[in-house]
Amino acid sequence: MTPFKSALRIAGRHPAAAIAALFLLGLTLLALLAPWLRGDSPWAMVAAPLLPPFSQWAHPLGTDMLGRDLFTGLLYGARSSLLVGALSTFLTLLIGVGVGAVAGYNGGWIDALLMRIAEFFLILPALFLAVILVSVLEPSTSSVVLAITLVAWPSVARLVRSEFLTLRQREFVLAARVSGQSAAQIILRQILPNALTPVLVVAGFVMATAILTEAALSFLGLGDPDGMSWGYMINASRNLLRDAWWMSLWPGLAILLTVLAVNLLTEGLRSALGRQGGRHAD
Amino acid sequence: MKGLWFLGNRLAQALLTVLGVLVLSFLLVRLAPGDPALLMAGEAGSDDPHYIEQLRVQMGLDRPLASQLLTYVGKVIRLDLGYSYRNQSDVWILIAERLPATLLLLGSAFLLSSLIGVGLGILAALSARRRGWLDKLISTLATLLYAAPSFWLALLLIILFSLQLGWLPAFGMETVAASLSGWDRVVDLARHLLLPAFTLACLFLALYIQLTRSSLLEVFRQEFVRTAQAKGLAPRRILFAHVLRNGLLPVVTFAGLQLGQLASASLLVEVVFAWPGIGRLLYDALSHRDYPLLLGVFLVISVLVVLLNLLTDSLCQWLDPRIQAGGGQA
Repeated sequence: MTPFKSALRIAGRHPAAAIAALFLLGLTLLALLAPWLRGDSPWAMVAAPLLPPFSQWAHPLGTDMLGRDLFTGLLYGARSSLLVGALSTFLTLLIGVGVGAVAGYNGGWIDALLMRIAEFFLILPALFLAVILVSVLEPSTSSVVLAITLVAWPSVARLVRSEFLTLRQREFVLAARVSGQSAAQIILRQILPNALTPVLVVAGFVMATAILTEAALSFLGLGDPDGMSWGYMINASRNLLRDAWWMSLWPGLAILLTVLAVNLLTEGLRSALGRQGGRHAD
Repeated sequence: MKGLWFLGNRLAQALLTVLGVLVLSFLLVRLAPGDPALLMAGEAGSDDPHYIEQLRVQMGLDRPLASQLLTYVGKVIRLDLGYSYRNQSDVWILIAERLPATLLLLGSAFLLSSLIGVGLGILAALSARRRGWLDKLISTLATLLYAAPSFWLALLLIILFSLQLGWLPAFGMETVAASLSGWDRVVDLARHLLLPAFTLACLFLALYIQLTRSSLLEVFRQEFVRTAQAKGLAPRRILFAHVLRNGLLPVVTFAGLQLGQLASASLLVEVVFAWPGIGRLLYDALSHRDYPLLLGVFLVISVLVVLLNLLTDSLCQWLDPRIQAGGGQA
């Protein structure tokens, strides 16, 4: 069977996840093509202020109090959300998998120490920590990514650690050790590939959290000051609830749908890979 | 005896965590831009290098980091969290004034979300055993709520219930102009509390529904339930005496673990509803870069979460004697 056909078959078995994947793909494309589709700047005042949605074909979702096009804002906002989401997920996985692998593979006091640190960060009110950190470092894309990573790595580390704890007892790991492979080789080549399914699932969880946290931070005025973002758009709508409900509706709907799509895709991956995972055990 | 040991152990852990919070916020203070001595000299309207140097010695900034940390910890223990120049007041006093509002909001949201969430979770689990439509409906609702940003949900609720229907006030904690007293004041407060508490509850509603549902379905499959059914016990009695008692334990454990997230979400909800708690205080401090106040709020809310976590853990231990025996989940 060709990969394409098997992908279609899996998609048929998990329709919600397939739709979610298409949505995310479409959103990414729209975000990338935003400058060509909707002009160079989401800040440009292009029409009458507070234009209701569906009243003018050129501005399908309406305009804000300064006559900025909301659809354009949404597409540029998708850029911030997806960029921050992808970067923080990558960085979080890097640190979380690293710490979890070292803790789970070694065990002993290294494990105990690393897990106490992880639990410490898990217990703290994440958003408060993120807010303080971004505020101290000055708001920018990199400080937002850093703050999200700081609060998100512990859950990844804990999961990877527990996978490693069980996997390191398996015979293929013992065999690799006996054959003289180094710890780094065993971690990277033997254990990690076998722990990939849970890591993929937790990656989806991190991505959803990252998008929501980015939205919350930019809502609080801590986003990248040069970039349009969904959280900023919702914040800007707060004083116009009575006159322009659409200003708050669209960006929130965009966040909801994106996070929902990530969650559904993760759920689909979990059940699709879970079924396959059984075959690869040992 | 074992129970006491467990409690002592947990208490020690909590203390260690609080100490960690202190070190973290000390490091954040150091990270914050602007030399504190320079800032203080600026407040006094001076840029004389001798004066700045003198201030630096006075504030202990010339001493090694470890000794500065000790001084900081000593100050915090005496509730000296610094001074907010912006508000012309001690940070601790500002926070203490706002703390009751936040606790009221957190408590009500916690009650609402656990009551409604567990209730809907039970309904969903019962319906799932018959493959009913109610389960699908409740589970879909939970999935949607879980993905919705709380600050956006808050705005939608304001648009619907305050602006369109005019049923509930949209902002603040009480009607300022009307100097109410007694029962009227309580009603007024409750009306202001309803929307923020419900918004905050929504996010956790989703979690509690899913957790209760899966936990109950798990218990339903166990042998002691089948035994009870075979004995001919009434379904209602099986549900209350056997299933709920066992199925709700993970929910309580989980609730404790989610406290940090609950506090985090309250920050956003307080901002939207202009609820006069410490989340709103933090937001106002943000725009003025009032670092002593920012870090003070972070410190207090973190310690609060650690303490509440200790409380739910002790509650779990009291509900489930198995944990004392050391046989609980890792």
